[in-house]
Amino acid sequence: MRIVQYREALREAMVEEMRKDENVFLMGEEVAEYNGAYKVSQGMLDEFGEKRVIDTPIAELGFAGIAVGAAINGLRPIVEFMTWNFALLASDQIINSAAKMLQMSGGQYSCPVVFRGGNGPAGQLAATHSQSFESFYAHVPGLKVVTPSTPYDAKGLLKSAIRDNDPVLIMESEKMYGDKGEIPEGEFLIPIGKADVKRKGDSVTIVSFGKIIKVAHEAAEVLAKEGIECEIIDLRSVRPIDYDAVVNSVKKTNRCVVVEESWPLASISGEIAFHLQRYAFDYLDSPVIRVMQKDTPFAFSKVLIEEALPNVKRVVDAVKSSLYVS
Amino acid sequence: MSTNTIEKTKKPLKKKPKLPFSNQQYLKWYEDMLVMRKIEERVGSLYIQQKFGGFCHLYIGQEALVAGTASACQKEDKHITAYRDHAHPIALGIHPKYMMAELYGKTTGMSKGKGGSMHMFSKEANLMGGHGIVGAQIPMGAGIAFAEKYKGTKNVAFCSFGDGAARQGALHETFNMAMMWKLPVIFIIENNNYAMGTSLKRSTNVEDMSEMGKSYHMPSFVVDGMSVEAVHDAILEACVRARKGDGPTLLDVRTYRYKGHSMSDPQKYRTKREVEDYKGKDPIVQVLKTITENGIASDAKLKSIQEKVKAIVEESVEFAENSPELKPDELYEDVYVQKDYPFIKE
Repeated sequence: MRIVQYREALREAMVEEMRKDENVFLMGEEVAEYNGAYKVSQGMLDEFGEKRVIDTPIAELGFAGIAVGAAINGLRPIVEFMTWNFALLASDQIINSAAKMLQMSGGQYSCPVVFRGGNGPAGQLAATHSQSFESFYAHVPGLKVVTPSTPYDAKGLLKSAIRDNDPVLIMESEKMYGDKGEIPEGEFLIPIGKADVKRKGDSVTIVSFGKIIKVAHEAAEVLAKEGIECEIIDLRSVRPIDYDAVVNSVKKTNRCVVVEESWPLASISGEIAFHLQRYAFDYLDSPVIRVMQKDTPFAFSKVLIEEALPNVKRVVDAVKSSLYVS
Repeated sequence: MSTNTIEKTKKPLKKKPKLPFSNQQYLKWYEDMLVMRKIEERVGSLYIQQKFGGFCHLYIGQEALVAGTASACQKEDKHITAYRDHAHPIALGIHPKYMMAELYGKTTGMSKGKGGSMHMFSKEANLMGGHGIVGAQIPMGAGIAFAEKYKGTKNVAFCSFGDGAARQGALHETFNMAMMWKLPVIFIIENNNYAMGTSLKRSTNVEDMSEMGKSYHMPSFVVDGMSVEAVHDAILEACVRARKGDGPTLLDVRTYRYKGHSMSDPQKYRTKREVEDYKGKDPIVQVLKTITENGIASDAKLKSIQEKVKAIVEESVEFAENSPELKPDELYEDVYVQKDYPFIKE
């Protein structure tokens, strides 16, 4: 095993796949000469040249559309968005073009494109730069939405995404790029749509995904000291969702807390709660509880950020509440 | 349109100077455009009879655009267009019955009945849609060209959109990148002077749309879209540039649609006189005039073409009406390439 940063894991995935398949290329703002706004693509221009590592102007809608056009015409583009906030401008091409191409063409044209970039709050960046888009895109049939929370997951899932014949969105985080973790020496892939039990336990199931799962891990440590053993399910992808993994865990723990970085309405947590009441009703000993970002735009003030985001205390309280202990 | 008056004119005794295109080409243009015209007239009446639903944007009046593009392009070239897309497949050699079946939402349709009027696709003809979102095909068209350049082919991407779509910001983003990367794409503005009900002069202070390319140093030209010969020539010239690696061209092709934007358009934004004026420049009448005045075909030959076209229209309607509907369980097909995608079914 080796210790690598999350950004390096992403880079290894892209480099390995680009060495294998001439049709894979990377485009986005600052990905080439600047070596990536967050240094994910560092060194890739040197290895692959400007034909395959392409700096774009600041024109998210335009280059996302160019990627979609290239994808339906035989290439496998990887598009880096500096953050998913900026990709709202490209959402027309992602939702109206990429997601629907196969169906609208009666199966004639597939769209094997990867859109990836930073997602979610990343410090004091205020309202427009701090949004989490997992549930937003998970809503759309035709897309796949992947949320790696570790370097290992990032590499394995991105490699699968690049080889996938459907459009795949990768939700990363500026706050995770420096995270370190173990990955194996050789090549490996992680299938899209399979959750991962990140921690075993039998007291309460915590379902989470992406960066915020770190809060769940910290809370589980705190709770373990009090004899409460949490089982942490990392969804790894939110479209599709591995419902079986969640239900199987809840059958064992009979309780569930969902930790999600985004807002409550039309969220992944709402979907998990629906699914559990529908398919694990008789196994639940307490209501599903969720710990979310508060239902407001993300303010600049440190005080308001602390108030808005899920934190260890809120998760600990939620788990205890599901156990009816204080 | 009435072609009868011209059909009956006498052939001149003397042959005129040599024509720029072959007799065969003129006859093909005539036949293809007549198919488009007659099919679309029938589509309009079938729509009024509520034989099928959805939106319905007719191409009547604009036929020279696709006919001239098709005659100037090569088989491996790629095409992408807007939602006014019934004539494009016909120009590219697809029998109109498949387009008609798509309008009916039948399984034999060009897009298996899943795309409808606005989303005609044909891998066989390299027609990559039919796109319903106004202007979405502009960056996609550049992307198609990007792939051709990346793969090192000499193929060209034809990207058509209306004068209304040209007001989308994506056009500027795309023009910038297409020029910077010298992509082999030909941007064709099907400039029929109306963005739905908003005339060109009510949507911009720059009415010469070729100016839009010039700010990116893109070779940009105004083309007479009522003349199939003019369209052919302009496309061919742009193709030479694209295939040489010199990048994109913008063609502001001035055309006219005789019918409303869609079938529900009362057309209060223009006068009947204006429509009639354009009919005087009708692209099919013009080609027919060239054919008759130069003795390219006998009356009998023209008559046989008209009969053939009529039969094609009838065959298309019959094919569409008799084709099977989709089965309900096809709902989950063609959404993902992945065969076992776990849809949420309850």
